[in-house]
Amino acid sequence: MIEARNLWKKYGDKVVLERISVQVEEGEFVTLVGTSGCGKSTFLKMLLGTETLTRGELLLDGSPVPGEPGPDRGIVFQQYSVFPHMTVLENVMAARGFARPGLTGLLFGAARRQAREEALAMLKEVGLEHASALYPAELSGGMRQRLAIAQALLGRPRILLLDEPFGALDPGIRADMHELVLRLWREYKLTVFMVTHDLKEGFYLGTRLWVFDKVRHDPQAPDAYGASITYDLPVGQVDRSTLDEIDRDLTLTAKETEKHYENH
Amino acid sequence: MKRLINQTPAPVTRALLGLLPFVLLVIAYVLASEARLAENPADKLLPSFTQIGDAIYRMAFEPSKRTGEYLLWADTASSLSRLALGVLIAAAIGLVLGLFTGALPLVSAAASPLLTVVSLIPPLAILPVLFIIFGLGEVSKVALIAIGITPYIARDLQRRTREIPSEQLVKAQTLGAGTSQIICRVLLPQLMPRLIDAVRLSLGAGWLFLIAAEAIAATDGLGYRIFLVRRYMAMDVILPYVAWITLLAFLIDLLLAGLSRRLYPWQSKGAW
Repeated sequence: MIEARNLWKKYGDKVVLERISVQVEEGEFVTLVGTSGCGKSTFLKMLLGTETLTRGELLLDGSPVPGEPGPDRGIVFQQYSVFPHMTVLENVMAARGFARPGLTGLLFGAARRQAREEALAMLKEVGLEHASALYPAELSGGMRQRLAIAQALLGRPRILLLDEPFGALDPGIRADMHELVLRLWREYKLTVFMVTHDLKEGFYLGTRLWVFDKVRHDPQAPDAYGASITYDLPVGQVDRSTLDEIDRDLTLTAKETEKHYENH
Repeated sequence: MKRLINQTPAPVTRALLGLLPFVLLVIAYVLASEARLAENPADKLLPSFTQIGDAIYRMAFEPSKRTGEYLLWADTASSLSRLALGVLIAAAIGLVLGLFTGALPLVSAAASPLLTVVSLIPPLAILPVLFIIFGLGEVSKVALIAIGITPYIARDLQRRTREIPSEQLVKAQTLGAGTSQIICRVLLPQLMPRLIDAVRLSLGAGWLFLIAAEAIAATDGLGYRIFLVRRYMAMDVILPYVAWITLLAFLIDLLLAGLSRRLYPWQSKGAW
C-alpha cells in the first residue's frame, strides 16, 4: 500500500533522511522511533503531504503521495489537533461537515441529525460521551487526544498518522490510550503509522517497529549524513537483548550529536 | 520584609490605592479652582463644580435657544453614529482583508505590501483630500475614521490568522475540508473575538479622528462643540464634555468586552 523507493530528504546541505526503501501492507501498525531530529516526524509529514521529498519516491497505492493533506490520511498531533472554538460534539460533527462538498461545511436538517448520531456513537466509543458539551480547553490532555482520535476516525481515513500523540500524557493515561488505539486499529482495519520517542512503546504496540538512526557518522560534520531505517522488526518476535542493542545505538547517536555541538 | 517586587496588595488595598489618584486629582482641582475664583470671580480657567453643574444642566436638560435641541444629546447622537458607522466599515473591511491575507499566501503576496504602505500614511494628512472628494458632510468624517483604523484592524487580524496553529488547518484538510470550509468553520469563528479586541484597541484612534474631523468641519457633534466653545474659553462646558467622552469610551469598551465573552464562551475557558 505504501512504498518508499530510495527516498532522501535534505534541508539545504543538511541531510535528514537517506536511502529509505520500505514497503508497508494494508492493515499494518508501524511504530517509528529514533532520537530527536532523526527525521521520523519528517517521514510522517511526507506521508501526510505537508513535507516534500528531495529524491526518490514515496508511493501510495502505486502513485506518489499527494502534496497536500487529504481525507484518506487522518492525523493526530501531539497538540492543537482539535478546534478550540467547537464543543466536543461539534468537533466530531465537523468531520462529517467537512466530508461533504459545500461552501461552509455547515450541516442542516437530516444530514445534521445523522452526523450528530454518528458523532455521539463515536464519542461513546472513545469514552467521551459524558463530555460532549464541553470545550477542548475544559478537557484533560488525555481526553483531548481521545477527541482528536474520534474526530480523525469519523473522517474514515484508510491511514491513520499519529505524531507523538501521547508524548504529553501521564504514564498511567498512556496505557489506556494504547489500548484504545489498538482496539480502534483492529475495529476500523486501519493502517497506522505512529511516531514516538519512547522505545518501549514501539516494542509492544503494533506489528512493526522502525528505528531511524544514522548509519554513518562524520564527527566533523554531523549534518553530512542522514538517518536511515536501521532496524525494521516485526513486533512480538523481538527479545530483550535487541531492545538493549537498539537503545545503545540510539544513545550513541544522541551523544555524538551532543558532543559535536559542545565542541563548536 | 519582602522585596518590593514580591509585595502584592490585598483586594481592598488595591481598590483604595486605585481610587487614591482620582481623589487627589479632584482635591487638587477644587483647591486650585477656589484659589483662582477667590482672586477673580469671573475667572474662566478653572470653573467651580457648581458652575460646571450649571453648564451640564444647560447643555443637557434645557433646549438650545437657537435650535431648540438638547445640545449634549444631539451632539452625542451625531458623534456616536459617525463613530459607529466608521468603525463598523473599518471592522468589516479589516476582517475581510486580515482573514484573506492571513489565510491565503497568494492574496497576501498581492495585498500585503500595499497594506503596509497604506498603514503608514498618516490619516489626518489626507483629511483635506477627503473633504475635497466627499465634501464637508457626513461621508468625509466617517471615511476618515474608517481609513484611519482599517489598516490597524486588517494587519492585526492578519497576524492573528497566522497565529492559529497550522495543525488545525492540516487536521481540517485530513477531514476533507476545502479552502472555503476552512475559512468559514476554522478561521472565521476564531477570528471574531479577536476582531472585537482589535476594535476595542482601535477605538481610541477612532475618537481621535472623529474629534479632529468634527473640529475642522461640522455643525454638531461632541468634538465640534468643544472646539466651538473654546472661543469663549468655556471651560465649564469643555471639561464635562471631555469627561462625557471618556465615560462613553469606557462604556463602549466594557460593552464590547462583555459581548465578546458572551458570544464566544470558548475563549474564556483557559488556554492549552
